[in-house]
Amino acid sequence: MTSLPENNPAAATSPPRASTTPESAPSKPAANPTPGGTRAPAEIALTIRDLSIYFGTNKVLKEISLDIQSKAVTAIIGPSGCGKSTFLRSLNRMHELVPEARMEGQIRLFGHDIYSANVDPVVVRRRVGMVFQKSNPFPTMSIADNVTVGLRLNGIRDRGLLAERTEQTLRMAALWDEVKDRLRSPAISLSGGQQQRLCIARALAVQPELLLMDEPASALDPIATARVEELILELKKDYTIVIVTHNMQQATRISDHTAFFYLGELVEYDTTSKIFTNPTKRQTEDYVTGRFG
Amino acid sequence: MEAPNHQWRKIKNVMMQITTLVCAILVITPLCLLFYHLLSSGISALNWDFFTKLPKPVGETGGGIANALVGTFVLLGIAAMVGVPIGVLGGIYLAEYGASWLNRWIRFGADVLNGVPSITWGMVVYALVVVPMKGFSAWAGGIVLGMMMIPLIMRTAEEVLRLVPNGYREASLALGISKWRTILQIVVRTALKGIVTGVLLALARVAGETAPLLFTAFGNRYWNHNLSDPIAAVPLQIFNYAISPYEDWHRQAWAGALVLLLVITLINVSVRVLTRDRFSQSTH
Repeated sequence: MTSLPENNPAAATSPPRASTTPESAPSKPAANPTPGGTRAPAEIALTIRDLSIYFGTNKVLKEISLDIQSKAVTAIIGPSGCGKSTFLRSLNRMHELVPEARMEGQIRLFGHDIYSANVDPVVVRRRVGMVFQKSNPFPTMSIADNVTVGLRLNGIRDRGLLAERTEQTLRMAALWDEVKDRLRSPAISLSGGQQQRLCIARALAVQPELLLMDEPASALDPIATARVEELILELKKDYTIVIVTHNMQQATRISDHTAFFYLGELVEYDTTSKIFTNPTKRQTEDYVTGRFG
Repeated sequence: MEAPNHQWRKIKNVMMQITTLVCAILVITPLCLLFYHLLSSGISALNWDFFTKLPKPVGETGGGIANALVGTFVLLGIAAMVGVPIGVLGGIYLAEYGASWLNRWIRFGADVLNGVPSITWGMVVYALVVVPMKGFSAWAGGIVLGMMMIPLIMRTAEEVLRLVPNGYREASLALGISKWRTILQIVVRTALKGIVTGVLLALARVAGETAPLLFTAFGNRYWNHNLSDPIAAVPLQIFNYAISPYEDWHRQAWAGALVLLLVITLINVSVRVLTRDRFSQSTH
């Protein structure tokens, strides 16, 4: 029922847990296996098959199947209540915080079933990071402590490593130059846009393989939004990003693929340019041209 | 509209206003009387000796309540050791883990416990601690105050933990931090000032308790050198002095009450300072 963009599902059997996070110099993709020009077959980061999510008896996602390409930005669009946030949260098992949530189907991260019985959701969340709509740096911690909290609370004490990771991830989040002289100040002293980039740095510091973003710019002013979008395009070189957005222009600016959700179903999934210029389904066309939703 | 009608309405309005004002003033009158009495009757016995000396034998004037002051702080220390961990952890359970039906019963139980007369607590601890230990002791006195603190601390801890926005819990869990670490290092740390406030208020509440100490800590005219022996406490000393027939002891009872009130006021002021800090922080 869904058209999968360019990739064939067989490609999902590529090397499991391929390292998407180079240890040093994140801005230099020296070890990038796909240099510009010769395009290697795109690797699949996530394989989702027949995913259904229930909250109690309410079926909020209906048999979703799609592949998410590695080192690309995939946008999830759709009107409010279409299940796009639930979809995103099912990718790192955050939807399980709702007591009566239940899932069916399969999600594989680089070939590994993240819902298999012996997988701890805590471990899944270390591999799949998340940035929320409302920036939420921890108010009791400094800027630097916010960045390293995921490492420190998982037992890493090495001060040298923590300092190194702080600078590295703050640079990746394009925040280093603004905060390098006040790393010990409270995180809540930053502006809203800076706080959101701090949250992105915090998510990157644990070196996830995938980054989920739930409307990360919807609470920001246009300038801060532009900075976050630039950052997403920069991060795409090393990370796989799935982003939920209400803003169609944003989807066209930053994403490679777009999935349109409506009433819990995946209506259409294709390259972003196809979705926005020549969609196959009537519903998609109506939504992207602003006729409903 | 007829004029007299208006007049009557205005009179009713003014009468109502005056009545409520008088009642509002009546509310703070006892406090003023209390301070006035304590100051006028107790200030004459309040001197350096009062804070540093042991009570004098019957018939001699002078002496102090140093042992009772220390005793009260020792009892509060034991009470905190009992009440704080159980109260705070219980509050964490209610706010972070509990199933709603169980929470309802626990909250109901805590509210009932808050209403249990303090002398009842004394009798219970007398049976549970004093009888098996074959004697009154500081332990028994501290335990009874600690048990009285548990429901108070538990309810305030639950309230302030619930005030921590859910976004912080989600942010922490999404970083792959386990639930118990999230609760201790993120949620409790965010609510810490509120929890400390609750603990201080509970301490202030039990610091003046007399009835439960009568047959647990019992009181002591000398220094306590062993927590398994009876210990003096300011409220007990006040009670013993107040029911005595000696004029000098009566003055000391007033002075003791004044000191006790000052200690409790001090705790309340520190609570004020703590909460003011919290509000100023959240506005940044």
